[in-house]
Amino acid sequence: MSYLQIKNLHARTGDIEILKGVNLEINKGEVHALMGPNGSGKSTLSSVIMGHPDYEVTEGDILLNGESILEMDPDERALAGLFLCFQYPVAIPGVSISNFMKKAVDARHPEGKAPAGPFLKEMRENMEYLDMDKAFANRGLNEGFSGGEKKRMEILQMMMFKPSIAIMDETDSGLDIDALQVVAKGVNKMRGPDLGLLVITHYERILTYINPQFLHILMEGKIVMSGGPELVKTLEEKGYDWVREQIAVTA
Amino acid sequence: MPEFETDSNLVQEYKYGFFTDIETDTIPKGLNEEVIAIISAKKNEPVWMLEWRLKAFRRWQKMKNPDWAFLDMPEIDFQDIHYYSAPKEAVDMKDMDPELLKTFERLGIPMGERDALSGVAMDVVFDSVSVGTTHKEMLEELGIIFCSISEAIQEHPELVKQYLGTVVPPGDNFYAALNSAVFTDGSFCYIPKGVTCPVELSTYFRINAADTGQFERTLIVCDDNATCSYLEGCTAPARDTNQLHAAVVEIVALENADVKYSTVQNWYAGDEEGKGGIYNFVTKRGHCRGRKSKISWTQVEVGAAITWKYPSCVLEGDGSVGEFYSVAFTNNHMQADTGTKMIHVGKNTSSTIISKGISAGKSSNNYRGLVKVVEGAANARNHSICDSLLIGRDCSANTFPYIESEDDSAHLAHEATTSTISEDQLFYLKSRGLSEEDAASMVVKGFCKDVFKKLPLEFSVEAIKLLEIKLEGSIG
Repeated sequence: MSYLQIKNLHARTGDIEILKGVNLEINKGEVHALMGPNGSGKSTLSSVIMGHPDYEVTEGDILLNGESILEMDPDERALAGLFLCFQYPVAIPGVSISNFMKKAVDARHPEGKAPAGPFLKEMRENMEYLDMDKAFANRGLNEGFSGGEKKRMEILQMMMFKPSIAIMDETDSGLDIDALQVVAKGVNKMRGPDLGLLVITHYERILTYINPQFLHILMEGKIVMSGGPELVKTLEEKGYDWVREQIAVTA
Repeated sequence: MPEFETDSNLVQEYKYGFFTDIETDTIPKGLNEEVIAIISAKKNEPVWMLEWRLKAFRRWQKMKNPDWAFLDMPEIDFQDIHYYSAPKEAVDMKDMDPELLKTFERLGIPMGERDALSGVAMDVVFDSVSVGTTHKEMLEELGIIFCSISEAIQEHPELVKQYLGTVVPPGDNFYAALNSAVFTDGSFCYIPKGVTCPVELSTYFRINAADTGQFERTLIVCDDNATCSYLEGCTAPARDTNQLHAAVVEIVALENADVKYSTVQNWYAGDEEGKGGIYNFVTKRGHCRGRKSKISWTQVEVGAAITWKYPSCVLEGDGSVGEFYSVAFTNNHMQADTGTKMIHVGKNTSSTIISKGISAGKSSNNYRGLVKVVEGAANARNHSICDSLLIGRDCSANTFPYIESEDDSAHLAHEATTSTISEDQLFYLKSRGLSEEDAASMVVKGFCKDVFKKLPLEFSVEAIKLLEIKLEGSIG
């Protein structure tokens, strides 16, 4: 049994059905990539997994460690081990990063309060690893951040919260090559037997830094093709039209 | 369906809504010259004070309750109010009525000997009288006078005569005139030349008796090169009738003096249907009389059914500085119309306004402010920031910034924003493991940060806690 199981997932926002039967299984220790053209439902899938209130699941189920999480609030899902790297993290003005991080780490601590010393030490080390300035910790969360700073902030959170399943929603979009390398560095550090990773992306570029074991292609709300690392190469050469042709052939 | 809506079923408990059953000396309801004479006599006041009151009363009788704020309230029957109510037992710090001591303990106010070493000197006004001032001797050694205004009228009549009503004249406005006629107690501070007051001076106002108006009068005078920080807090029992609190606070800052005045206002705000609560109609004004003097108002307003006040600064001394930092939270049916007036008179004066309004439930929360630069007030500077945050869909927020400049050299800047706690912000924080309430509370505290950091440290902790409690009821 896989750690994260998405079974025949249908979801809509308003009257529009976006996910039309997604099946996907991710285990700890695995790195999956999810690609697809614009509007195929990639970001919707990540929002639905995290429990965004704008989406309604009409059919199917999501299981984490064997338990359905559909009835859980986003905060409960987070504490159960899910993490979402946002494509567009919002600013929370006036809330310092250190304050926010402490609260979020406290929420995960068995006694409800993580000792300040080790917390600060770990945060400083991780920030250094991600080439983030120490003074950054005093800034307002995502307040006036550049695109690259926001994404580093997301990776920093992933490193601090230590999820069992992390979803990266187009973390690479809008990043220059330096920022992309830093993000990849963070992700590769996190890789290991305790983390299952779903990397949602529009471009193959990031996949050359984060070598996924599996690639899935999402089209019109369904995963239409899955494969190993070789599929990345084929897709890069032949594009989505080739995928469409293949589906038509098999259909 | 957005999950984030105010929920009227979630009523947070008003922790200070209890009533202390003590024997009181209360004069019958009603207002006339005789009542004023009785109040004056109870306080054993000199004739000049009684005459001052009567003059104000006669002014008041000719005035009308102002209606320009469009507040939604029934007409107040000024004859249906007790204008004086005091605990019967003479209260003195050493043998205070045990019921009263218990009350102050529940309110978290240190009154006993044990707490006399804490860094705050405290005056407590219970209904119409001051019941005790701490730290008196230590302050006296420095020449600082910190006592009830009643005592000051007896003991320091020359100072009171010199300053009382010089910042807020008795005829200033309807409620200031009423206050001048019937004020019963309040605090008086005088910081002599060159003295920096080593402790925070604080007054705690408690309304206890029913159908009683509280008309407190506070006068703070900071002489040349003197500095003080003054804190004010207030609570009242939960009752389903409205009660009137009409205070006047006057601050005088002489040359190079620096006065910081902070308020945490937590009057009973009425129930979730809008029944009961305190009408908080207050005139607060500071006069920067001397060169390079500074007056700073910081207020955290989280209570009262209706709040109507504009702590202001008249910047007369050249180079004087006025500041106003405000957080006003309204919920249920609360109404707040609050802001400030910065009147630039002297040369090279500057003022800063930061106002943060948070509305929830069906409340309305208005910022109303005036920045005025009179002719000849060369190089006046003002920077105003007025931000509103809405929680839910049934509340409202408005900003009315008035600017009048008669001098071309003025530099005035105004910024205003209105925002809601966005679904995206909540989702983001929740996806990090924070509960809905913690997430919303974090957004609100971030929103208020610029004001909270202006409060004295201990007060700031208290204000943040208080705001958290208030938010609990407004986020469902």
